[in-house]
Amino acid sequence: MTVVYFSALALLTVTAYFLASSHSAAVSARGQRLHSLPAYHGLLAVSLVIAPMLILWVIGTPLISNLALSNALNLFPTDVQTDSLKSGTALRDVQSFAAGQRSGEASDVLRSAADTYSTWMTTGTYALLAAGIAAALLGIGTSLRLVSPTFRARTHFERFVRIILIACAGVAVLTTIGIVASVLTETLRFFFDPNIKGRPGVLDFLFGTEWNPQQAMRADQGDIKSAYGFLPLLTGTLLITFIAMCLAGPLGLLSAIYLAEYATPQIRRYAKPVLEILAGIPTVVLGFFAALTVAPMIRGYGEAIGLDVASESALAAGLVMGMMIIPFISSLSDDVINAVPQSLRDGAYALGATKSEAIKQVVLPAALPGVVSAFMLAISRAIGETMIVVMAAGLAAKLTLNPLDAVTTITVQIKTILVGDQEFDSAKTLAAFALGFVLFFVTLVLNIIALRIVRKYREQYD
Amino acid sequence: MTDTLASPNSAPQRRQLKADAAAALLKRRYASERLFKVLGLGALLLTASFLVILLTNIVTKSIPAFSEHVVNLDVVIDPKVVDPEGKRDSATLLAADYASLTRAAIMSAIPGIEGRNPRRALTSLLSSGAADDLRERVVADPSIIGTTIKMPLLFSDDVDLYLKGSSSVTSQENGSSDLTASDVKGDITLTGAEGTFAKLVAQLESENAEVSPETGARLLTPLLPSRLIEINGGLVKLASVTPTTATGTTLIPLTSSGVAKAGSWQLDTYAQPESRRKSSDQDIAFIETLRDKGAIERNFNWRFFTSGDSREAELAGIRGALVGTAWTLLVTLIICLPIGVLAAIYLEEFAPKNKLTDIIEVNINNLAAVPSIVFGLLGLSVFLNFFGLPRSAPLVGGLVLALLVLPTIIIASRAAIKAVPPSIREAAIGLGASHQQAVFHHVLPLAMPGIMTGTIIGMAHALGETAPLLMIGMIAFIVDVPDTMTDAATVLPVQIFLWSDLPEAAFQQRTAAAIVVLLGFLFLMNGAAIWLRNKFERRW
Repeated sequence: MTVVYFSALALLTVTAYFLASSHSAAVSARGQRLHSLPAYHGLLAVSLVIAPMLILWVIGTPLISNLALSNALNLFPTDVQTDSLKSGTALRDVQSFAAGQRSGEASDVLRSAADTYSTWMTTGTYALLAAGIAAALLGIGTSLRLVSPTFRARTHFERFVRIILIACAGVAVLTTIGIVASVLTETLRFFFDPNIKGRPGVLDFLFGTEWNPQQAMRADQGDIKSAYGFLPLLTGTLLITFIAMCLAGPLGLLSAIYLAEYATPQIRRYAKPVLEILAGIPTVVLGFFAALTVAPMIRGYGEAIGLDVASESALAAGLVMGMMIIPFISSLSDDVINAVPQSLRDGAYALGATKSEAIKQVVLPAALPGVVSAFMLAISRAIGETMIVVMAAGLAAKLTLNPLDAVTTITVQIKTILVGDQEFDSAKTLAAFALGFVLFFVTLVLNIIALRIVRKYREQYD
Repeated sequence: MTDTLASPNSAPQRRQLKADAAAALLKRRYASERLFKVLGLGALLLTASFLVILLTNIVTKSIPAFSEHVVNLDVVIDPKVVDPEGKRDSATLLAADYASLTRAAIMSAIPGIEGRNPRRALTSLLSSGAADDLRERVVADPSIIGTTIKMPLLFSDDVDLYLKGSSSVTSQENGSSDLTASDVKGDITLTGAEGTFAKLVAQLESENAEVSPETGARLLTPLLPSRLIEINGGLVKLASVTPTTATGTTLIPLTSSGVAKAGSWQLDTYAQPESRRKSSDQDIAFIETLRDKGAIERNFNWRFFTSGDSREAELAGIRGALVGTAWTLLVTLIICLPIGVLAAIYLEEFAPKNKLTDIIEVNINNLAAVPSIVFGLLGLSVFLNFFGLPRSAPLVGGLVLALLVLPTIIIASRAAIKAVPPSIREAAIGLGASHQQAVFHHVLPLAMPGIMTGTIIGMAHALGETAPLLMIGMIAFIVDVPDTMTDAATVLPVQIFLWSDLPEAAFQQRTAAAIVVLLGFLFLMNGAAIWLRNKFERRW
């Protein structure tokens, strides 16, 4: 049905364009000088067809299916209607039966409900199609009637385009609002909804030292005690981020300095793509490398010198995450160092400084705010990174700072909780959203500070 | 500095000292200069070496997955099994027991195998995919029913791994004296002259093999390297050895019992103990017999590209994931290209400079740095729970990825639009164009190469993204290739993630191979972006 609707839309759009543009061309051929070119009359007619038809479809489709479902549900006994779980199952049965996917026995209620459902669906979609076509024809009629020497079709069309442009720019804002709204509401429910069993207090969450989101599914598992202490996840995340920065910070900064100050154009031409390739490698690939190559290697070395290394150590995940971040730090720092005016360097050379002295004592202090913000952006990247830690760090929520131990991170726990079937009313699922909120908040703060530093710093030399 | 050098010596001497100290200082400063430069170069080289190690590691791991081993056998397509009633309709043909035909084919390739366990070992060398291939062939051409055809049958992943040489090293030495076999099958005794097995017994002693309390013979357990004797066309796996006699089980029946001359029998040693490899001695005996017959062939693994996921490593392919990726990226492109470009046009050309525009700009910059998994949370709670869209569908995956790459595309498009000089705009407006006409007819076409480059880079980013797709359930085990954008599907990075979790060595090779394919696509896309940039970039 969707196909029919959109074919009608396409057909009517083309018709509208040709009708309106040829009509206006004919009018102007009769000697009446129009304000706009025929094409703009055509385009205005097109917008008068597309806009109402799309709006009708967006509103109509869910409306019809909701109507059909609620009418089908009315045929079931009251106990099914009131219980949300049973009614959900019943409605799925109705839908699959109506679609002919269900084999086997069907009760009379189900049969009649499915009949009602398909009747409503058919009537509804035809009604929607009719309404859409009517609206489109109305649009075409209006646009034809409007053609006159005084009518400014282009102005009206451009106003329509402008609304679309604003709407597109608004999508980014809507996305942020969507993120905040969805994550925040679930987080608030996690902390304050009295219907959620086992929810922790805000302080228990922020300062608890034990994390165990498993819940008793059956009565005989009653001794499983779920705990939502956030600290082990935080230390794990920070430990891995710290290891990553220990590798990526010096390497990224030094290679940026070399590229910006020492490298010949020849070296830059080869080094830049290498860094870009490293930056473009998907994190799932790095995770595979960390879990299957780096972790066993570290374990092997550790055992050789008598250390007890977990098979999923924080060190392996951190090192590979460092590899991921090096190009990030180096390209940001490279830009910052290049933005330091040449006059500062020349001044240092004039005082007799060697190149490295000029870099260490003049260029780097001048570029410091930019470098700091590059590091902050890199840290926010590392905190939010998921696949490497999912594949190479463990699940055990241990409160430890030993890099050879297995630790878990915020992102790993979100992934572990939300992959697979989840019900939306359990504290466990909501806990993932609370973690997501923390993650969003922390990275947002880091980014805002970093961007602000960059902006402030740029103003100094411009 | 002058203070330390001040001394009551004469002026020339003092100057000399000063120059010495200055020279020493200069030397130190130059040394530190060199050190700094070397450090920088070292950091760069270390980074490059990470990339090289990563890529070589993955490519070497992936190489075995691009080939597969088959055995060419005569398969008798018995009408009694395939189509007993002679109806030749597809329902009957599809439902027939082709596995029994492939089993019969491999049984007849190595005749004389008796006993339940050896027979099972022999038939389980074949993959279940062998029967599927046969079914496909019969259904495509029912006229071959009743004939015998020669066709390649796929091995199971363990056999494939053995043939690719990732297990057991073997060594072989010729027998030094005559050896007599007591029987042709079952448990047999091999008797030779004094000292025939002396060297072997000494070896076993050094390996701390157990000694039987009754006979004083050394016992070979599965924890020790396996010893087998090739004699009279058969193969005997040794169980106990004394310097003159050896007892063992026949893995391949002998053609005759009796004496084998010195040099006409061999002692084979599989260095890796049986308990530590996937293929048992029996399996290896069968495989080597088939190899000696020249029936085994190594082919390019087309199946990897033409089949969907499977629990059997040798049957698993990436076609489902590739098609799922294509659907997902299609949705992403359709949504984020127009929205991104139009938003960029608005912000760069039409937006008034006010607070609201500022908020939108800051917002886009921050959105670009939000962790991808948070977009997954958005997709889960908004698209799945609020709008009720189907789980695991490329439609939802594409929507989430579109929101994820939208900031990238907006930022790249803005840069491209900004790079078009204002003179173009002004000239168009001067000739009577409206602002929108100037933008859509003149500025946008000139900015298009830059926008396309940004879009390709954004799509490459979307292609490698995994975490948000896990959140919306694109992680299910899906065998079928998706036909529409609302079918349950998975994408290439998620497939890589799923396979990397499986313990079988064959799956790890396939994971690496899938990564090679993914990286191939990424390099292609980035290459296209660089080509576009070089070809169309204009300096004004």
